[in-house]
Amino acid sequence: MSEVKSQSKTFSKGTRDVPHHSQKAKKWYPTEDEAKPKAVRKSIRTSTPRESLAPGAVLILLAGRFRGKRVVLLNHLPQGVLLVTGPFKVNGVPLRRVNARYVIATSYKVDITSLDSKKIDEISGDKYFAREKGEKKTGEDKFFAQGEKPEKKKPSSSRAADQKAVDKALLSTIKKTPFLTSYLGSSFSLRKGDRPHEMQW
Amino acid sequence: MGDAEIKASYWRLVEIGRIVLVHGGPSDGKLATIVEIIDHKRALIDGPSTSTKTAVPRQSIALAQLILTPLVLAQLPRGSRTGVVKAQWEKAGIEAKWQESAWAKKRTQKEKRRALTDFERFKVMRLRKQARFEVRKSMAKVKTAAAK
Repeated sequence: MSEVKSQSKTFSKGTRDVPHHSQKAKKWYPTEDEAKPKAVRKSIRTSTPRESLAPGAVLILLAGRFRGKRVVLLNHLPQGVLLVTGPFKVNGVPLRRVNARYVIATSYKVDITSLDSKKIDEISGDKYFAREKGEKKTGEDKFFAQGEKPEKKKPSSSRAADQKAVDKALLSTIKKTPFLTSYLGSSFSLRKGDRPHEMQW
Repeated sequence: MGDAEIKASYWRLVEIGRIVLVHGGPSDGKLATIVEIIDHKRALIDGPSTSTKTAVPRQSIALAQLILTPLVLAQLPRGSRTGVVKAQWEKAGIEAKWQESAWAKKRTQKEKRRALTDFERFKVMRLRKQARFEVRKSMAKVKTAAAK
């Protein structure tokens, strides 16, 4: 910071500090104030799911590809979403993350103590659902690849194995309760005269 | 020309001793009897049930809030007090008669169904389907037997 130093100059009667030219007041001011980003007053908080969303609860999905399906809640993920499974064999819903807002929690709970908690923790991790990055085609390759149809994504075999492992334990408990398998296999919809705000779940 | 036969109608009348179902208000769904007709829109009612859950306090109430049942306390004097009403109510066995009626049964069933959870509703649906299937199966058997 040697450049910014002020110099002290000696005159006939005394000395005076002469500020560095970069520290002098400007001769002109900008007509508009420089935009400053607003200070963010939000803070990152851990999500607190509803009491009814206890692991094992049967949920009704309200949005997305599987809307209307009845699924089993497995865990709360730290990202603030829920980990659910159909089970896949019963209603085609895979291990999947869903937003807790777009879900109705029913009062029925499936016993999920028989499930392998290590497996659930592994699936609940941050990396598990991350998208695989493929090689990006650039330039000429990308241009010529436009005509070709992109290859269809196939479910990875490890994910399929995880699905089977989780569902196997779940299905054995589900089968013990009469009507439960077909209940999970059926999808929910409002009928004539149904008032969802007055219904018990 | 035949003689015109004049008969009293079988309508349920607002009359002294008529058993009514209160519709709306704090005594909603409870039984009472008309003790006195105040004017064309109001009546004095009294529901002297022993249990506090089903008892209706003596009060003047708009007829719009009452549903007339087929039950009547025929001997009830006009303007009788709670003691007399209670004695007649118990003698006639009003509550037992009400509980036996299809109307009361339907009401309790509706109430129960409304309190069901999602899974219970599903089970009711499935069991009703099963029952219907059995009924139709036996009906079809009878029909084919009759056609032969």
